[in-house]
Amino acid sequence: MSISLGEIWRKLSASLRKTRLDGDLDAELAAHVELAAEDYVRQGMTPQEARRHALVKLGGLEQSKEVHRDARGLPLLDSLGQDLRYAVRSLRHDAGFAVFTILIIGLGTGACASVFSVLNTLLVKPLPFKDPSHLVWIANRADAEENMSGQTIQVGRLLDFRERNKSFSDVAGYFAFYGVGDIVLTGGGEPERLSGVPVSQNFFPLLGVQPQLGRQFSADECKWNGPKVVMLSYGFWKRRFAGDPNVVGQTISLDDRPNVVAGVLPPSFDFGAIFAPGAHIDLFYPFPLSKETDRWGNTLALIGRIKPEISMGQAQAEAYILGDQISKEHPNQNFLHPNLTFLHEHVSGRLRPALLILACAVGVVMLIVCANLSNLMLARTAARQKEMAVRAALGAGRKRLIQQLLTESLLLTSCGALLGLVFAFGATRGISHLTAFNLPLLSSVRVDGTVLGLVLLVAVGTGIILGIAPAFELAAFRLNASLSQRGASGSREHTWLRGALVVSEIAFACVLLVGAGLLTRSFMHVLDVQLGFRPDQAATLRIDPSSQYKTLAQKVGYLNEALRRVKGIPGVEAAGLVDSLPLGRNRTWSVGAKGKIYPPNNYPSAFVRIVSDNYLKAMGIPLKRGRDLTEHDTPDSVPVMMINETMARTLWPGEDPIGKIVLGDCAKERQVVGVVGDVRHMALEKESGSEMYIPMRQCSDMPTWDLVVRSTLPFSVLSTNVENTLRPIAPELPRGNMRPIGQLVDRAVSPRRFVVLLLSGFAAFALILASLGIYGVISYSVHRRTQEIGIRMALGATTRDVQSRIVLRTLGLAALGMLIGVVCASGLTDAVRGLLFGITPGDPVTFLCAALALMMIAAAAGYLPARRASRIDPMICLRAE
Amino acid sequence: MKDPKLDLLQGTLDVMILQTLSTLGSLHGYGIARRIEQVSGDQILLNQGTIYAALVRLQQRGWISAEWGTSENNRKAKYYSITKRGRKQLDADVEYWQRLSDVMGRVLAMPGTEERG
Repeated sequence: MSISLGEIWRKLSASLRKTRLDGDLDAELAAHVELAAEDYVRQGMTPQEARRHALVKLGGLEQSKEVHRDARGLPLLDSLGQDLRYAVRSLRHDAGFAVFTILIIGLGTGACASVFSVLNTLLVKPLPFKDPSHLVWIANRADAEENMSGQTIQVGRLLDFRERNKSFSDVAGYFAFYGVGDIVLTGGGEPERLSGVPVSQNFFPLLGVQPQLGRQFSADECKWNGPKVVMLSYGFWKRRFAGDPNVVGQTISLDDRPNVVAGVLPPSFDFGAIFAPGAHIDLFYPFPLSKETDRWGNTLALIGRIKPEISMGQAQAEAYILGDQISKEHPNQNFLHPNLTFLHEHVSGRLRPALLILACAVGVVMLIVCANLSNLMLARTAARQKEMAVRAALGAGRKRLIQQLLTESLLLTSCGALLGLVFAFGATRGISHLTAFNLPLLSSVRVDGTVLGLVLLVAVGTGIILGIAPAFELAAFRLNASLSQRGASGSREHTWLRGALVVSEIAFACVLLVGAGLLTRSFMHVLDVQLGFRPDQAATLRIDPSSQYKTLAQKVGYLNEALRRVKGIPGVEAAGLVDSLPLGRNRTWSVGAKGKIYPPNNYPSAFVRIVSDNYLKAMGIPLKRGRDLTEHDTPDSVPVMMINETMARTLWPGEDPIGKIVLGDCAKERQVVGVVGDVRHMALEKESGSEMYIPMRQCSDMPTWDLVVRSTLPFSVLSTNVENTLRPIAPELPRGNMRPIGQLVDRAVSPRRFVVLLLSGFAAFALILASLGIYGVISYSVHRRTQEIGIRMALGATTRDVQSRIVLRTLGLAALGMLIGVVCASGLTDAVRGLLFGITPGDPVTFLCAALALMMIAAAAGYLPARRASRIDPMICLRAE
Repeated sequence: MKDPKLDLLQGTLDVMILQTLSTLGSLHGYGIARRIEQVSGDQILLNQGTIYAALVRLQQRGWISAEWGTSENNRKAKYYSITKRGRKQLDADVEYWQRLSDVMGRVLAMPGTEERG
């Protein structure tokens, strides 16, 4: 007999007409009892006896009403309303408890939801492209993670590969050595430095990105010297053109050349977020796949779309074979050895371990929250046992009491979750606006449906966990015993359970502390790394020659003049130029010592820096031997270079490199004139490879120029002075672009800082919760044993005895928790191994510090109740007996 | 000692009420309860209070109707009577119970059950 809609409606309306129907029922039952009583009187009972008998036959007046009401209405709804009202009332009585509980659940849920939002965006959600699961990143060498020259592929190799492969529906690329702020936009307002990425014609179609306005690039525009067109990013279009749709088809002036705007990309496409974390790309323009660009060497970063029926393994196998074939056909050119990774792994793969650790940490925090709350709830049930007993005596079934307890805990956790959601909204908003962190996809972190679902799950889950423990307690309780007990006191099992909960809290907190400690110490080690340059008191500014300087001589003239002017500023110690700053972009050229033979595929390579004289001084890179470059190293003089110590060791182990000859790409032969210290160029954590410094006047490959100035002037003064000094020779120079060198370092360590900050936050939260847990348990036991303590003191125990007994008990609990925590932590630290730097996972300092911190916190948390206990006046508490 | 009283099977009370009202016409709750006890020869365990839960359920399904009336000894009481839909339901239920008891009878009379017991 399924319940019909009409019946539900009648039940619902019955729930609403409760009072009237109850009156009706009262009258009906009263009539029943009287009719029955009359019958019994007729059988010879006394009226009182008859009435009692009638009630017994009925099964109790209140019970009958209850059964009737349940049948009449929707009992769950009725009792829910009742329970909610009751819960609100009882929580109002205990406002401190309620506020505290809601607050910790809020913080726990908030942390959970925020971390999950980040995790969801970076690891779970598909990339914002069409069929992202078929997109792969194609790197030329798997080991060259940081080194773009190692990953990139020559245009000719791409064309061969694209034509011959059978696994990919298409392969596209972008020019990997685009410069951030390479392009200057003029006309219609202040000149502005923009970042543009050259992409192959099929780049957007392959990703499935449709321009929001306008069209894709045409084949004609993607030819060498084809018509100049650009595609605007959504953000740039909104910012510079105020979202004007008419900009499509118009001409804008970039580097003093007219470019037609072909289209505007949709807001969902954020190149920087995926391919270049932390960078803002303003425009895209066609990159011709032609003979001319082929000559530039390895330049392209490739992405491919695997055909749906082809597996990753098949595609990889074919790619290796094709790569070998193609490489053999061009023995004297760059080889092709395509390594495939799924694009989403390429984007967030490196962050995965860190994020998973954060997820675990937040899970542990949630466990501590639960343990803490369970403890509170236990204390509360203990205090309410009498109330429950009374309710049971009045006819409340066990199921009903459990429902009541669950309603209460669910109400608490729901309020907490709501608060947590508010925190999460705030946190995700904050995170998505963090520009200082160099993490992919961060700007699209937000609270979405999945996160809301998670929060709901957490709320219900913790609600049930919290409610169920006291409910079990209830199931075991004996009505009589509870009623006859005199006050609020817990059973022996209670004490045991509470102790266990606190121990587990401390253990969890210990694990978190060790984890956070290890990462913090690694972070400090990273910051302590010998950078090879001195970031303090140095600042940098992009000063690329504008398009009015055509020839090398003209450009060098401009740069010379810029250097001369900046050096003239009072307070400037040194000024130099470099084409690629440390911790920024990089490229390698193959180089070899003259007179040595290298196998073709194992030719040494070195990072290239094209610099002016005095760059070393401005950057604070020590010159170890020989001489710095000078103004006199010109195209007419002997080609020279400086090399770093690693390169010296690599090319001429055990020999003096000064005066030796290097064979390389830029000039046929160069003489080594100086040896300089190694610079951490790729990342703080990574040793630098071979590096060479080539004088700017002897190299025509001059893409971009950064001015580096070392000065004791305050940064703001320096930056204004430098810009004003350069204005006459570079009027199109945008304002406010000078950056302290320290910012480069900050940026490079930002992902690590992100993890360290979050994890330390969790550890601190865990510590607070654990100390509250200890405090709660100890002060509860002190409260319960007030009389015992009073008697002890009356019998001559000193304040000191009492205090030390309590503090010792606290320390005992803490020590046990810590022991378990340390064992767990040492088992788990292997998981963080990949994130550590300069320390081992078993770092004794970290473990010791964590243990010390925990013990101190525990001692403090135990001391407060101990002090209170020692102030117990034996007389008063004995009299209370 | 007498045998313990029978527990009511799920749904049986509803059929008993419908049958009682169908044969005796309009009755109040106590009357229905008494009648069922008498007919069953006091063999079933009936909390008379549960009658009222069943009555409200049947009423909500539209199988019985109720109105206030006066008893033979001048007491105000609520009188229930079966509706047309109630009779239809009763017919269906009676057929169901008959079939069920037939089947149960046959199963329990299966040869060999005693040997095993």
